[in-house]
Formats: sequence, C-alpha cells, structure tokens
Amino acid sequence: MLTGRRRIEDQFVYGIARPTGGHRAVNFRLNAPYVQMYGIVKRFPGVLACDHVDFDVRRGELHALLGENGAGKSTLMRILYGLYQPEEGRILRDGAEVTIHSPTDAIRQGIGMIHQHFMLVDTLTVTENVALGLKSSREPLLDLDRVEAGIRELSEAYGLQIDPRAPVWTLSVGERQRVEIMKALYRGAAMLILDEPTAVLTPQEVEELFVTLGYMKENGYSLVLISHKLQEILSISDRITVLRSGRLVGTVPTKDMTRQELARMMVGRDVMLERDRDDEIDVGEVRLRLEDVKAVDVTGQPALRGVSLSVQGGEILGVAGISGNGQRELAEVIAGLRPMTGGSVEMDGTPITDWSTARRTEAGLAYIPEERMHDGIVRDFAVSENLVLQEHTSDKFSHGIFLAFDYIARYSRQLVQDFYIKTPDIRTMTRNLSGGNIQRLILARELSRRPKVLVAAQPTRGIDIGAIEYIYQQLLEQRDTGMATLLISEDLDELLALCDRIAVIYEGQIMDVLERDKTSAEELGLLMAGVHPERQ
Amino acid sequence: MFDELFTISTLVGILHSCVRLATPYLFASLGETFGQRSGVLNLGVDGIMLMGAFFAFYVVFEGHNLWVGLLAAIAVGILMGLLKAFVSVTMQSLQGISGIGLYLFGLGLSSLLFKTLIGSVEGVSGFRQLAIPFLSDIPGIGHILFNHNALVYLAYLMVPVSWFVINRTTLGLKIRAVGHNPEAADTLGVSVNGVRYTTMMIGGALAAVAGASLSIGLQNVFQENMTNGLGFIAVALVYFGSWRTVGVLGGSLLFSLVNALQLWVQALAIPVPSEIAVMMPYIMTIVVLAFTARQIQKPAALARSYERGE
Repeated sequence: MLTGRRRIEDQFVYGIARPTGGHRAVNFRLNAPYVQMYGIVKRFPGVLACDHVDFDVRRGELHALLGENGAGKSTLMRILYGLYQPEEGRILRDGAEVTIHSPTDAIRQGIGMIHQHFMLVDTLTVTENVALGLKSSREPLLDLDRVEAGIRELSEAYGLQIDPRAPVWTLSVGERQRVEIMKALYRGAAMLILDEPTAVLTPQEVEELFVTLGYMKENGYSLVLISHKLQEILSISDRITVLRSGRLVGTVPTKDMTRQELARMMVGRDVMLERDRDDEIDVGEVRLRLEDVKAVDVTGQPALRGVSLSVQGGEILGVAGISGNGQRELAEVIAGLRPMTGGSVEMDGTPITDWSTARRTEAGLAYIPEERMHDGIVRDFAVSENLVLQEHTSDKFSHGIFLAFDYIARYSRQLVQDFYIKTPDIRTMTRNLSGGNIQRLILARELSRRPKVLVAAQPTRGIDIGAIEYIYQQLLEQRDTGMATLLISEDLDELLALCDRIAVIYEGQIMDVLERDKTSAEELGLLMAGVHPERQ
Repeated sequence: MFDELFTISTLVGILHSCVRLATPYLFASLGETFGQRSGVLNLGVDGIMLMGAFFAFYVVFEGHNLWVGLLAAIAVGILMGLLKAFVSVTMQSLQGISGIGLYLFGLGLSSLLFKTLIGSVEGVSGFRQLAIPFLSDIPGIGHILFNHNALVYLAYLMVPVSWFVINRTTLGLKIRAVGHNPEAADTLGVSVNGVRYTTMMIGGALAAVAGASLSIGLQNVFQENMTNGLGFIAVALVYFGSWRTVGVLGGSLLFSLVNALQLWVQALAIPVPSEIAVMMPYIMTIVVLAFTARQIQKPAALARSYERGE
C-alpha cells in the first residue's frame, strides 16, 4: 500500500506515467481484477441509490455499466471516485481493501473519472488544466514546460491529438474530452471511469474515442463505460453490468447478449424501440413551411442563416446536428419565442410569421422545449396547474376570471392516467417528479390538444428508456393521425428509428435533407461536421 | 486662472501626488483581485482598511516602531479576512451582503476603539520620504517617481509580485481555477475552501496595509471613517481593471490622478466649488463602471459559494 502510494506521488513530481515500461498499467496479469466493490449501500434522503451492489473491473477490460436514470450507476462510480461515501460495503484494489474519501484518494489508487459534464476550467490552457492540483517539481512555482512535454509524450502514445497551449474555451467538445482523458493519464491512472462519454460527440469523434479506448485496453488499462446506448455498449465492451433501481440485475459477457435482452434486463420487461419498417403512411399536405428563415442568438450572432424546410401531415422530419448549430433558435422561432430577422413561417398555408406564441398555440402548434425544467413547466406549480397552463383562460377551464377547479381536477386525473404520469397526486409540486414524468406531463399537455404541428426539441434527452419508449409510441400515433412533427435531436439512433426524412443543420444552415431509408449514421455524421460528401 | 495648473512645477507636483495617492488604491484593489479571482467578492474592504488604519496608528501612537505598526495592521487584516472567509465560505452566506456587514463592523469597531483609546485627533510621524539616490536627481521624473516613502514603493512592488503569484505559481493556478470552475478544481483534489480562505487572508492583509498607508504614511492621523469609501472604489477598480493586475494599476493611477487634480485645484484656489472637486473620484467610479460592461475575464464563479453537489 504504502509503496504504491509513494510511487504514484513520485510520478507527480519526477515525471509522468509512461505508457511503456515502468507504468503499473503495463505490469498486469491479464484478467486479474483491478478494483472490486462488494455490498455497496448508499442512501440519499428518501432513496436507496445503491442496494448491496457488487461490481468488479479487470485489467485490460472494458466493462460497461448499464441502467436507466436513477438506477444507481453514476452513484456507484461516484463512490468509487470518492465523491460519495458508501454506508456499507468494501472496496478492494489489487485484492487489498482500500478506503477512498476523496477524488485525491481515488487518484492515488490509480482511478480516474471522465465526467459527463467536463470538469475543465475554460479560461486556462490545456497544460494548466492538466497541472492543476498536481505538485510541481519546483514548488511553489509552476513547471508548465515539464507538464507540456509530458502531455506531448502521452498524446503521441495514445493518439490523443491536443495542442497543450490552447486555451480550453477554444476547443471542440471532442478535444475537451481528450483533455479530460489526458488529465487522468497524466496522473498515472490505471483505470478510467467514463460517464456517458459519447453523448456529446459526433459519430466521427466517437470513432476516434473508441480507437483510443481500444489502445488503452491493450495496454492493460481498466475501463468502465457508463452508458444507456445499447448498440454502443454491445459493440465495444467485454462485460456488461446492469443495474435497476439501485440493485444489481447481473453481470454478463457481452458476446452472449442482444439488444433486446439487454433492454429487458434494464427495464424489467420487453421494450419496443424499433419502428416497424413497413408502416407506410399516407403523407398529406404541407402543414409547416419555413422559407429562408434567419435569426440571431442571445449574443446577437447569426444563428439561422436562411433555413428552408417543409413538413407534411403524417410525417416526422428530423433535424440532426451537433448542439449549438441553431437547433434551439430554430425551435424557438417556430414557437414564436424568438424574433426572426428574415424569412417567413407558414402553417397550413397561412403565414404566421407575425403571430404571437398564444395565437400559434391556438391555431394548433404544439411545442416541447429543449429545457423542459426551465421552459416546459413551472417547477413550483402543481401537476394539474402545469397541465392546464396553456389553456387556463379557455372556457373549458375557467368561468370568467375564476378557474374551474373541479373540472381542472377531473381533467388532470384523466391525463395523468392516460399518459402514465407517475405522481402521488395532481396537487404534487411538479419539481418533485422525475425527468421522464415531467416529459410525459408536457407531452400530455401538448398532445391532448390534438395539435396540427408539433415541434419537439430533444424530447428524450436525459430520460429513462421506459419513458422514451412511451414518447416514441405517442409521436408515432400522433403522426398516424396526420400531425406534422419536427423532431430536433442529437441522437442519431433516435432520428433513424423515428423519422421519415432527416435534415442536417450545420452553422445555421440546412446541409441536406435525406430520406431515412437512403442514409446512414456515417453520412449524417459527416454532414453534421459540415462536410458534404457530394459537394467536395 | 487655470494656466496656473499648467506650469511645469505644478504638473510635476500633480504627478508626484498622483503616484503617491495611488498607494492605498493599489494595496486594496490588488488584495481584492486575489479574492475575486478565487470567486469571492469582498465588499468589506473599506472596513478592513479602517481597522488596519486604526491599529497601525495606535501602535505607532503608543511609541512603537512604524514597521511594528504595519505588522499589527497586517495581523488585524488577516483576522478580518478570516472572519469574511468564515461567513462567506464556510457558512456560505451571500457574499455581497456579508461584505457590507464586515464593512459596518470595521467602521463601527474602529470608531469605538478610536474614541475609547485615543479620543481626540492626534498626529504621529509616519513613514518618511525616502529619496532614491541618483534616480531622484533626474529632473522632473526623479521627483515624480523616486521621492516617496517606503509604503509607496512597496505598493508598486506589489503589482509585479501579485502578477507573478497569480500567473506563475501553483497557488495562483489554483486561485484562477477555483474562481472559474470550483467543481473542476475540487475533482482534482484542490481544496476550494482552502484556496478561498488563503485569498481572503491575502486580501485582508493588503486591505489593512492600504489603511495603514493612510494613517502612518500619507496623512499620519487617524479619524473616524477616514477612508471615505476608498475601499469601495478599490472594489470597483478590480472590475475596471478586468481582474488583471496591470488593469488595476492603470485604474489606480487614473483615480489618484483625479484625486491629485482636485487637491491641487483646491490648493491653488481655483474657483471650482470644492464639493464638485471632492465628488470627482466618485463620479469617475460611476462613469467607469457604467462603461466597463465588457466582462470578458470575469471569474465565472464570482460571488457564488461552493458546495459539493450531486
């Protein structure tokens, strides 16, 4: 123990962990467990987040940790990284029991973590971010030259292309992730925990990440991948551990598993995520048409540079793109929440460019906003209040200036039942509902009005697979009744599963609109990165 | 009448005053820079200055060495900094309002101590002018730059020292990181609260020295509320200087120039109402703050307390 600790501290001061020779991750017995966790219990007020969970990672293994939101996978890994203390349970490293009170302890045990929200200081350079918190070789002065040399060495060894002198705010999301990995490698990590690492990447960046991970695996690193993307897990992991509601469902070798089986383990029942391929639907008239729409973002920079799209009744048009390419502005412009600087919007052939949001809503436009907690509901309103928020002045819900409480209550109970919103009561504060249930609430409010056009921005982001399945069903059902849907999403699997056509947005312009059946994730990925294969 | 202002000897006099009067601004705003770069807004600078001014004065008044007086001020400043840190870092109270509280505490306590321990306005002989050999003989420039007391030189020395600490040391890196993204620093094992306590102590010490520079360096008396809100201008100067030491230096010089001008305008009996002249630095503060909307370098976590969350 003590020698191990000293050795890593030596690396802090006298040089970096080298990928070849001398580094612990290389001197491994393949398949020996690196970290084992037994009987981990963690309680939060009102929730048993981990209920006697066992977990282990071997050297040279990529172990996927799968589960819905709130299944306890992030909690378990945060315990391993010292951010939470477990109430019960033991943690072993290389067979010897250890206690991990803080991230510093975890780093000493060779455990690094790549958080879903990057833990980088934007204003500092790559090198400064890596050096932060490390002992310098010439305390109290910084030794950035030395750190920079180390970064260059590691970046060559693992194919992690980064410019050590670049300030972090200038980097792309993929590059920032590399900086995070670099931080862990430089600290001599032998094990990396990656929390949903691909959620923010383009398919090409995902590819590069997987190459790096593969290389690390060969060099004896232990990798834990927290994810809910079944396809991804099946393609790169060695073993899979599934958690559900804080309990261990099982640990299985990847090669024995299929998507269906994994989904069943995760949810506890059969899940329908595929869309029937032969459900040809009659596409109707154009219900939503955008003509050369221009708009600026909050900072006044052009965000939409002439977007033209049309969506027909009975059709789902997807909008793919890396976040920040104008998707948010596009949704807001259609909803009437953001002024346009040019172009026009038509609904069912009527220009609605100058209409207020209320008038658009009345005319049959429904909107599921990206920031559901912020724009979709009022957090401190009761469930029933949020359900009638939009139409509370209509004759249905009010008599003159008074709200019709009885009717609202009856109506809300019906919607709660119809849309499977899990809430103790219709008077419960909406903030106490889970993300998935809040999304069901918004869906209930928007779809119960039988809208003609639906704009859904990232409707399934961050919610559990059960709720996602339900949302998919609802979107498809409504489509079949002739609604026109514009589905903005960063999840290509989702777009490919649901949409009839997919438009790719890049820097405020539509790169192309493709038929779902005639495209692939690769092609979409290139377009999302601003590369048009045919126009090169 | 105004041409009296533009004679060579008057200009040299004004610039000499400007360099000299920048001293308290520099100490106080450099100290505040440390705090703000680490994400703590300390509006109590003026209160700490008053405490520092009083203790430095009292120790010297009691017959001790000037440097002992300065050390007493530093000790009191560190204690005041610790108090601010305890309230806003450990107890996580709102930083703005707790700073106002600290200011009122310093104002009240320094006045009370002054009344009970000294009672009437007295003078001491403070730091003497220390002409630097040869350099001070340069005509004009020599008098402007090299004919001041030790605290003035020390104030200017603090500019590169502060820059060096913030940009070239491991502590400085931690300060910058904690002020911008405390979560990130925490996950790398940097003690966010530890860093913020450190900057509050540095800031407290420098604010107290700023106060001492008035009571045993520039004015050599102590009076109730003798800072006249100078500590608040120092806070504003940090914004004005975009959280950079060089910017803070520029801002301090600009303000002391306005100050020096108003003193000389009064001294030369130029018929500008003295109230207007005295108001100048404060008007400047408002104008300057109104036009420093470009907050590019602003520490993102400024005035936000940090708690390890979900």
